[in-house]
Amino acid sequence: MKHALSVLVNNQPGVLLRVVGMFSRRSFNIDSLSVGITQSPEYSRITIFFSGETHIVDQLIKQLSKIPDVAAVQLHNPEDAVYRGMTLIKIKSSESNRLDILKIAELFRARVVDVQATTLIFEITGQDEKVVAFTRLLEPYGILEIIRTGQIALERGEQTITSYKEKPGFYGKNML
Amino acid sequence: MEGSQAVIKCLKEQRVNTIFGYPGGMILPLFDALGKDSSIDFILTTHEQSSAHAADGYARASGKAGVCIATSGPGATNLVTGIATAFMDSVPMVIITGQVDSNLLGRDSFQETDIFGITMPITKHNFKLQSAKELIPLLRKAFALALSGRQGPVLIDIPKDFFYADIAYPENTTENKAAKPDADFIICAAEAIDEILKAERPVIIAGGGVVLGRAHKELIAFAEKYKLPVVSTLMGIGAFPNDHPLYMGFAGLHGRKSANYTVAEADLVIAVGSRFGDRQTGNIAHYIYEKHFIHIDIDPAEIDKNVHSSIGLSGDMKTILNLLMQREAVNNPDAWWKTLKKHKEKFAYEYTGKYDVPNIMHHISQTINKGDYAVVTDVGQHQMWAAQHIRRRTPRTWFTSGGLGTMGFGLPAALGIQLYYKNKKRVIHIAGDGGIKMTGSEYYTIAALRLPIISIIINNESLGMIRQLQKVYYGARYFSCNFEYKMNYVKYTESFGIRTYDVHSMDEFVEAFSNALALNEPQAIIVNAGKAFVEPMANTVSGINTFVNF
Repeated sequence: MKHALSVLVNNQPGVLLRVVGMFSRRSFNIDSLSVGITQSPEYSRITIFFSGETHIVDQLIKQLSKIPDVAAVQLHNPEDAVYRGMTLIKIKSSESNRLDILKIAELFRARVVDVQATTLIFEITGQDEKVVAFTRLLEPYGILEIIRTGQIALERGEQTITSYKEKPGFYGKNML
Repeated sequence: MEGSQAVIKCLKEQRVNTIFGYPGGMILPLFDALGKDSSIDFILTTHEQSSAHAADGYARASGKAGVCIATSGPGATNLVTGIATAFMDSVPMVIITGQVDSNLLGRDSFQETDIFGITMPITKHNFKLQSAKELIPLLRKAFALALSGRQGPVLIDIPKDFFYADIAYPENTTENKAAKPDADFIICAAEAIDEILKAERPVIIAGGGVVLGRAHKELIAFAEKYKLPVVSTLMGIGAFPNDHPLYMGFAGLHGRKSANYTVAEADLVIAVGSRFGDRQTGNIAHYIYEKHFIHIDIDPAEIDKNVHSSIGLSGDMKTILNLLMQREAVNNPDAWWKTLKKHKEKFAYEYTGKYDVPNIMHHISQTINKGDYAVVTDVGQHQMWAAQHIRRRTPRTWFTSGGLGTMGFGLPAALGIQLYYKNKKRVIHIAGDGGIKMTGSEYYTIAALRLPIISIIINNESLGMIRQLQKVYYGARYFSCNFEYKMNYVKYTESFGIRTYDVHSMDEFVEAFSNALALNEPQAIIVNAGKAFVEPMANTVSGINTFVNF
């Protein structure tokens, strides 16, 4: 099963290494990773997509919370969150097929970001399935390069990651 | 104030009075400041690894953070095994390493190593200093982190130029606030008591967390209240008095049969400060079969990590055990105790007085049992024999490398422990002939400081535990475990100026040990023991109450 975690971390040297190192040390696999600044200069936000059983998720959150530079860990529920990632696709094209390709792109709401005599570059965002379907249709034309950013996730509504900021204390962490 | 002086001031503020270490170019400014200050004892070891083990031993004995310092590059990398050892056993330590000047960082400068990156997975936390003004706040944070929650080693890497920088010494504004159990937690604790009262065959597993959480008195009261049998893990020896009628012995892969049967037959396991390590449980599927678990640990991440518990209580051990005692003991464990008493009788070890390691350990145990002694072991067969046959009654009188199983840990750790206990407790150090060749150079430091450690070397002219594993799992194809080339251990220890006894029989051992106890100086006893196998040895595949036949 796929899971999405948002991790709010202090802007300290090595903090990304710490978070990623914990995944590798405990043999958890990362599917996608993205790191960026937040509205506050103190913090960075790491979004991690990974697959695994439910008890692994629980263990992961506890291990992440133990890292002193981790300020908050939020597990996203797919129904309550939006997931986004961007993909750039460079494809071969010629006078004869350019219009066909552009039509397909329009259907998927992919944007053309570069046009050359023999190539096109598309930008497409959104859920995985859409990107996969788009690339499948482009394949016959000759895909030269695909590059994808890590996915990011944001919870819908007023609640933000800061509400997860309270570190689990020594107590109250019962597992009934 | 110069950075190096500020560090010394901060160490004193943290009530550090003993530091272990080894000098080198990038840490020399700190050594210069240390040399000018007589209120901190500096102990120069013969190798950085030993500095780390000695600081670790000091911390295990004192409960304070052990401090060691080393230089950049090879000095820092030599610490790694010592840091990892402390990390696996949750020992609080603060490690200070010198680093090349900040403007030389990242250029492969002389003796530059990324010790921050190297030690990240083996420290509770580590710091790479970015500016001189972080020096004191981060050093304080290092101590706070090392000693809070689940304890552990914290490393702080300081570029050399920061020691020379002029910095202001900031006020210490940190405050400790203790957490209180909330309503949820109290309900949980109540359900745990229900489980205990309901259980037909409960058992307590006492781990190293009892020692670290200073909860041995609460543990005794808790066990006595509900008449619960207690077994201990390797790290938990001494957490519960080993001569107590409720004590069933040391459990695990080389545990006493009485203890292993108790755990295997129990329907409720109450783990107190134990993380269900694989050397404790063996095959997990067998281990958890038809059992309930109550898991008490300071680290929430331990709950459900190795064994899924019915109830997990994470927090301060004393507080939790007190919570668990707030109910009438209406359980009736008599039937269970009938079985347990049979186990005790059936599996009692018969000490014949024969010249072998179990009988030697028993003799040591009988001799020092009532006195103020601390036992420090190395890693290997002698360690398991010691765990099985040496009885300890109080915490912090049994020291061993449990999680990492570091050969060579014993002697430098003994150094640190004896330095802490001074004349309050005398250290009995037990090692094998393999481990002693790893860090035996520490006899130099022990002899130089005239520390009255009695060092017992069990010489079987082999790596006994390797031999045993090759016998059981590799068809007795012995390879690289026998020391064919003989070495004279008597001359070796004597070369440091340490009085040494060469022992070939039980009578000789008894005499040598009694002579050694009578003299207040470092001594060594070489026990020429011959090769043997440690029994019992639980079968890792079929459960902890099944045993390998030799």
